[in-house]
Amino acid sequence: MQTLIFAIYALVACSAAIAVVVSQNVVRMAFWLIIALGSVAGLFFLLNADFVGATQLLIYVGGTVVLLIFGVMLTASGPMLTIKSAPGEVVLGGLAGLAVLGMLVYATLGVDWSANRAKLASKQSVAETQSFRSPEEGQSVRKLGSALLGVRFDKDLNTDRKSLSTGYLLPFEIISVHLLVVLVGASYLARTKRRRAGMVAAETAAG
Amino acid sequence: MTPQLAARTLEEYLSRWDKLGPTGAMIVAAIVHTTLVGLFFGLPAFAFIWAERKVSGRIQDRLGPTRTGGRFGWLQSLADGIKLVSKEDLVPKAADAMLFRVAPYIVVVAAFAAFMVIPFSDGWTSQALEVGLFLGLAILSLEVLGIIFAGYSSGSKWSLFGGMREAAQMVSYEVPLGITAVIPAIAAGSLNLNEIANMQSGWFWNWFFFHDPFTCIAFLVFFTVTLASNKRAPFDLAEAESELVGGFHTEYSGMRWSFFFLAEYAAMFFVSMLGILLFMGGWWTGIAPIDQAVADTLGGYPLRVLGFLVLMVKSGILVTVQIWVRWTLPRLRIDQVMTTCLKYLVPISCFLFLGATIWPFALLKLTGQPSLLPTEPIGARVARSADPLGTSPQPPRRSPVRASAQEGGE
Repeated sequence: MQTLIFAIYALVACSAAIAVVVSQNVVRMAFWLIIALGSVAGLFFLLNADFVGATQLLIYVGGTVVLLIFGVMLTASGPMLTIKSAPGEVVLGGLAGLAVLGMLVYATLGVDWSANRAKLASKQSVAETQSFRSPEEGQSVRKLGSALLGVRFDKDLNTDRKSLSTGYLLPFEIISVHLLVVLVGASYLARTKRRRAGMVAAETAAG
Repeated sequence: MTPQLAARTLEEYLSRWDKLGPTGAMIVAAIVHTTLVGLFFGLPAFAFIWAERKVSGRIQDRLGPTRTGGRFGWLQSLADGIKLVSKEDLVPKAADAMLFRVAPYIVVVAAFAAFMVIPFSDGWTSQALEVGLFLGLAILSLEVLGIIFAGYSSGSKWSLFGGMREAAQMVSYEVPLGITAVIPAIAAGSLNLNEIANMQSGWFWNWFFFHDPFTCIAFLVFFTVTLASNKRAPFDLAEAESELVGGFHTEYSGMRWSFFFLAEYAAMFFVSMLGILLFMGGWWTGIAPIDQAVADTLGGYPLRVLGFLVLMVKSGILVTVQIWVRWTLPRLRIDQVMTTCLKYLVPISCFLFLGATIWPFALLKLTGQPSLLPTEPIGARVARSADPLGTSPQPPRRSPVRASAQEGGE
């Protein structure tokens, strides 16, 4: 049953991804991208990675695609923007895609899955979270949050020292502040350019 | 010994039935959950469209619907529905037909799927996820995509303007919405909506609205932001009929048009329930002896039915306030909408966020007690949040909880 649902989601994700490449209208591409990313989120939920699935929905489907469509609507010159690619580009893109596919297939076949499963099963967790469902069914958010704060459920990070480790919170915060700086800088650059253009236009009008 | 619930989940209960087997139990449970959530998508919309007509009528010194279905015109929504189904489904020539047809379904799916994570009473939820709050907000943010597609694909300038405004408005109002929704999650130390609501059991001063002054203001900001993210007046710029004819739904007719409205009313109900669960005690009456008496005399199941009714009444009141605000306040201009969000609501919610984080420590340092009101300490509430009144059945297939399982939240 699980395999069947997985197959349905995987099929939808793959065919929508192909449709993104095949379709020529930019906004239709965005629509197919939503379907593809949403089905990938469904796959995450099916694999008990509910936090990753929700993040996928919020950031990729809810955030990135909206910005993409927004950009298209702001920049499009005609009512229905289409993209046609030259045959050479198709060949080059196909080659790049095949190279990535080959790498992924090679990496997937290289993993010893049964040994990994045995290793996961033998790993004893330090503490279990309390929830409505049994601990083996997802519920990853508490573990993730604790790991950010330096407490791991599956292993002790600092057995020799008495203090807790800082976890992943500090790097995470540094990245987020960095992104904020980038955003402020981008909006500053965009605004100054527009103001300068406005001043030039005013000068030419006056002159 | 009071009667106990038979099982923790429907699937578990059904799988005891030999003829079904585990797969059959899963399928039947999924169908039942989907049907119930589907009813939640449809029935509140049915009721609130009628309420909207009636309340707006009264506010404007009219009667509203009076004839359909007897005394108060309570069948008016059904009559509207029949009219809309029988209308012709038009697609303009200039439209991108595929996207035009598909856009209402995206909106409906987003509004419908958001109910998946809502607990309707203690443990009555179709997906008891620890990321419940996060996932609910994520799904709700998908609704904007359908609106943008509708605006873009209509091939009409009015619709395009509506879609643009909607995109700008929704993307910016998501920021204060996320921050204010996180504030009670900080107080509770959990993203699980069921746990957050259970921590507010007992007297009403245990509700997070009364937790500290910051959560109190956060609720008001949350309510304002949900008005905007549902494109309700005074923020209904996407469909401002005096400027944009009908905004993003100018070109829609019949059933596809009504899908947008069903989704809007369902989303109104969803955010109201979310606000009640986060700030206003969820399904608890707020008067501790009532809950305790029901739990002691009648048992777990009637307690949950009572909680369900309480949650419905509270959310209904909040939806009524939304309707009331819509018919009282004039519409803002689009630049005023953006200013309200980016220059006022975002800084206010950031300040509230910081304040709600610092408040417990500062109060503990200054006065030596964690709260100004006679609330129970959060730690005591966390300890019983899984099962506040002792009416849940025991988890059947779980290794006994070890002493180290307590994570020391506070």
